[in-house]
Amino acid sequence: MIEFISKPWPWYVAGPAIGLMVPLLLIVLNKSFGVSSSLKHLCAMCSISKANYFKYNWKKESWNLLFVFGIFLGALFVAEYIPTNELVGISDATVTKLSSLGISDFTGLMPSQIFGFDHISNTATLISVVLGGFLVGFGTRYAGGCTSGHAIMGLSMLNLGSLVAVVGFFIGGLAVSWFILPLILSSL
Amino acid sequence: MRHLYAVLLGALFGGILVKAEVLSWFRIQEMFWFQSFHMYGIIGSAIVVGAISLQIIKRLEAKSISGDLINPADKKFNKKGNLIGGIIFGCGWALTGACPGPLYALVGSGYGIILVSIFSAMLGVVAYGILKDKLPH
Repeated sequence: MIEFISKPWPWYVAGPAIGLMVPLLLIVLNKSFGVSSSLKHLCAMCSISKANYFKYNWKKESWNLLFVFGIFLGALFVAEYIPTNELVGISDATVTKLSSLGISDFTGLMPSQIFGFDHISNTATLISVVLGGFLVGFGTRYAGGCTSGHAIMGLSMLNLGSLVAVVGFFIGGLAVSWFILPLILSSL
Repeated sequence: MRHLYAVLLGALFGGILVKAEVLSWFRIQEMFWFQSFHMYGIIGSAIVVGAISLQIIKRLEAKSISGDLINPADKKFNKKGNLIGGIIFGCGWALTGACPGPLYALVGSGYGIILVSIFSAMLGVVAYGILKDKLPH
């Protein structure tokens, strides 16, 4: 059991486990699974903008902020007590392609050449960390959900709007990974 | 108690995100390059389990532990907003290698620099909040 928990999970264990978050949240809190609205609540909580969009009682949505605080704690717990010391199990084809684009360090969850405070002034880091984050916030609120709210909760409900959003996720993601990422990595 | 449950459910989800490796930038590029079934298998099987669970909940007219009928509201469908916003988020997903859930999990995993991404994401939300009425939805 410990051996199983300590290893990275295959898709057929991880996927259904994530899917079970949908009924668990409904049964325990009667809330729909979703993460990105937490970003809006954080803004409302910190009152960083006077726009009407943030004029609502964010305290009523505090479950969502506690949920994402839990995400942080859960990851921290795993990192502390049941860490995986293996490399992320990506395919050889991906390693080959990333190597040809200039990635040489495959340890950890993200390439250290980009995601580190030491590189904060590098073009690749600014684009990935700062611009990427901005687009995640802007896009998820514009679309009304992210991978959890639209792809998992929305598609589970057979919601047409969520399907449109997910198609959008992939149009954007494919365009960046295929055409923009190579340019960004060439600056390393 | 509800507060504690929210944190615990989040912790469960955060732990799964790490064990599933879906918070890894490497996994996200691999997915968009169609070089592994891993991410597709996870998202697909999560949807199947979610959909079956919702059907069961509906048929049984199940109640939450606080005794209320479970009846999740459909999300509002803005044709243009969902597509354009979706495309913008997709770009961000591929750039940071993380969607919102994984952002929080990455910070927990020790990637402090992702706090910068979360702050940037908040600024993105502010920008949307200010521009909302001028954007096509």
